[in-house]
Amino acid sequence: MAEATTPVPPAAKTAARAEKAEKKLVITLATMTPEMMSLQEHFGADLIQPAPNEGVLIADSARLADVALFLHDELHLESIANATATDYVKEGYIELVYHAQHITGGLPLCFKTRVPRGDADTVGLPSLTPLYPGVEFQEREIYDLYGVRFNGHPDLRRILLWEGFNGYPMRKDWHEAYYEQDTKPYDSRWPGGTHRLAEERVPWADNVNYPPNFNPDEYKGIPDAGLYDTMRAEAPTGGPTDTPFLATGIQTDELIVNMGPQHPSTHGVLRMVVKLDGETITDLKLVLGYLHRNHEKIAERNTWLHNIPFTDRLDYITGMPNEMGYVQGVEKLMKIKPTERADYLRVIMCELTRVASHFWSIGFLLNDLGAFYTPALYFITEREFVMDLFDEITGSRMMNNYMRFGGVARDVTPAQFERIRYLVTDRFPKAIDEMERLLSDNEIVRARTIGVGYLSADRCVAYSVTGPVLRASGVPYDLRRSDPYSLYDRFDFDVPVLYGGDVYDRYRVRVLEMRQSLRILEQALAQIEQTKVGDIQAGKKAYVHRVPAGEVYSRVETPKGELGFYMVSDGGQNAYRYHVRSASFINLTALKEMTVGMKVADAVVILGSLDIVLGEVDR
Amino acid sequence: MSLLGSGILKGLGVTLKHFIQTYAEDFKYIGKKAGIEPRPLRRQNPGNHGMVTIEYPKEHMVMPENFRYIPFLVKDTVTNEDKCTSCGICAKVCPPQCIWILRTEDPMTKRPVPAPKEFHIDTSVCMNCGFCAEFCPFDAIKMDHNYEITSMSNRKTELIFDKDRLMMPDTYHAGIHPADWARELEDKKAEEAKKKAAAEAKAVADAKKAAAAAAGTPAGPATKTAPATKTAPTPKPPAAAAPAEPAQ
Repeated sequence: MAEATTPVPPAAKTAARAEKAEKKLVITLATMTPEMMSLQEHFGADLIQPAPNEGVLIADSARLADVALFLHDELHLESIANATATDYVKEGYIELVYHAQHITGGLPLCFKTRVPRGDADTVGLPSLTPLYPGVEFQEREIYDLYGVRFNGHPDLRRILLWEGFNGYPMRKDWHEAYYEQDTKPYDSRWPGGTHRLAEERVPWADNVNYPPNFNPDEYKGIPDAGLYDTMRAEAPTGGPTDTPFLATGIQTDELIVNMGPQHPSTHGVLRMVVKLDGETITDLKLVLGYLHRNHEKIAERNTWLHNIPFTDRLDYITGMPNEMGYVQGVEKLMKIKPTERADYLRVIMCELTRVASHFWSIGFLLNDLGAFYTPALYFITEREFVMDLFDEITGSRMMNNYMRFGGVARDVTPAQFERIRYLVTDRFPKAIDEMERLLSDNEIVRARTIGVGYLSADRCVAYSVTGPVLRASGVPYDLRRSDPYSLYDRFDFDVPVLYGGDVYDRYRVRVLEMRQSLRILEQALAQIEQTKVGDIQAGKKAYVHRVPAGEVYSRVETPKGELGFYMVSDGGQNAYRYHVRSASFINLTALKEMTVGMKVADAVVILGSLDIVLGEVDR
Repeated sequence: MSLLGSGILKGLGVTLKHFIQTYAEDFKYIGKKAGIEPRPLRRQNPGNHGMVTIEYPKEHMVMPENFRYIPFLVKDTVTNEDKCTSCGICAKVCPPQCIWILRTEDPMTKRPVPAPKEFHIDTSVCMNCGFCAEFCPFDAIKMDHNYEITSMSNRKTELIFDKDRLMMPDTYHAGIHPADWARELEDKKAEEAKKKAAAEAKAVADAKKAAAAAAGTPAGPATKTAPATKTAPTPKPPAAAAPAEPAQ
């Protein structure tokens, strides 16, 4: 622990940078859409104003719930796709940003409101959970990371961090352990870069601090107590009264069981706390955050380019669509377009990923059903060929780092195209047929999955559920069709929809989607031949990107559902705000409703049918 | 759904097929074909319907050229000099900021010399993204294929690579990245041709200038020759052309 690093030059530098950014910041107000107009007509121009960049601003945050009611009942915006916050530290307020949408498709309607930073965790603002239950986890996340209190939220506790965490890390004035500088690249790396470990660089060691009156040595599971209390409070007093056991005279007791975080069926480090009556689940709560690394804070320190490889690590099974969502958003801000060949390559990579991801998820669903590894390995073998291709084309199996602003990193050779064509037209159709032969009619699979984990279409929509889970409940919603991006309007494909709403139909929807992906791939492989070989980067390849000030909500349909990137640029080298709306995280909100009333063994299967990846849930 | 249990039997048929196929692939190679194709290559072939796994510590996967692991620095074996000029681009584009470069200073003039004095990569921080190799304008840093660098002892001493540990001869680079190396050689040729052309143009311009000076016309053409002299010493970064190359 040598001398303290001199924090003066970097701080001065960042201040200068901020000043520069401020000079460039030109606030443009959003253009009003008809829906915003009707909102303004109803509530008056004092309350509803056009917001900077995008959406409407609700001037009085206390009336947020009234506005939301109007949006829900009169404008029929059935679900909230994304809810997040931005800390405007210089202006002294935290801005809440919501994107509400019609489930029939189209652009989302953005509405915002502001709460002063000082009041955020005392006064707060009304929760939207009664209207839109899909914001439950998102509001908890905002509370956790920004310290905004939501009045009327059923269970407002920290969600990603633990109770012994001090402060609200996404606020701009909060500094993480081993904090070096506000933005990368760090000045200590070049030209005078001599290696020093982070542990040694920071004079106050790991920079950990605890909330007042919190002693880590005496810590005995305080968050668990809070967790269990809320579960017990919801139980009817005097214990269960209408269980079938009572008729036989057997006394039953409620039992709280922890599944996870180290449990083979939870697909990572997810902890489910279930309340059992016999073997029937009566309540379920999730404990998240075991894989939390505050991806968003890291991303706000990074330059725009640095973020591309980080997005691969969100949902590490589907790196390509993650990159696509991010790169597309930044391209929208920069007002550039990728070349045609690059766009085709992106589509090909994303659809290959979809096939690979569904192979993976169906394999592991079978694992959850108790068919240990035999079916899973058959499908992983097929996925492996996609991984080999990615390895050859991009340099890595999963952490592809393939897309760039305005293009992709490498072209695909004719020999590699030939291999993709062989996989798409020959190998994968046969493998999918075989998968159906193995599973679709299997009596055990059917008995274990049909009618299990049912969620109706309107509950799905209310919970903001997306992806195959939504389509298995009878809602034909796929972003590739309902809000087309990239080249998806050029392909002829169907959006498979089934109406059972149970685990079996989720499996079937995935199978059908794989076949549709192969259809898209065949067309894309034929159409890409008309583009120019090697024309994969629009403009000059650069490593410094000045992104004009503005904000964007860019979303793509990943194999798991809707992945959205909400980004605010202040014109500098770094994102001022970077938020990931992850499908896995929000689909988990509906897990409780699917699981209650089922047996404990079914909880594992239902979780498997959601197909979550913890890298994306915990971020 | 006809007979109860027929679905299970159908599924067991698939399992049986897979079981037999596992050996069929091996039998295919028993006779004359054995030894023609190395086993790992054969196993990883998409046309293979049998077992696709190999026995890892004994056999190794064949790494594709683009595969990237930890970066290494390239030493020019002809001139015996580092290619790195310590321009710092790799340190700037590094997402987890794991590259530290100390620039050499001329002891007399205190001005920077284009060579790194120290170069450190913390491989326990590196995220293998390959940006450093992609954006290096001098082809001085490349991604290695060797993924067996696990250290059982201290990360503070074993996993922080200094310049000596990072430096590899360009023959090694040519061995694992043949297509990239061929592209580099071509770039070098093109650059030399360009330099030659520029020098000739300069000579012609100088001759003209001298002639003009002799004739007594001032200034005019001198400004015209300025761009030619400017472009000659700064070679264009060849990295920009890299991805256009179809490998093979």
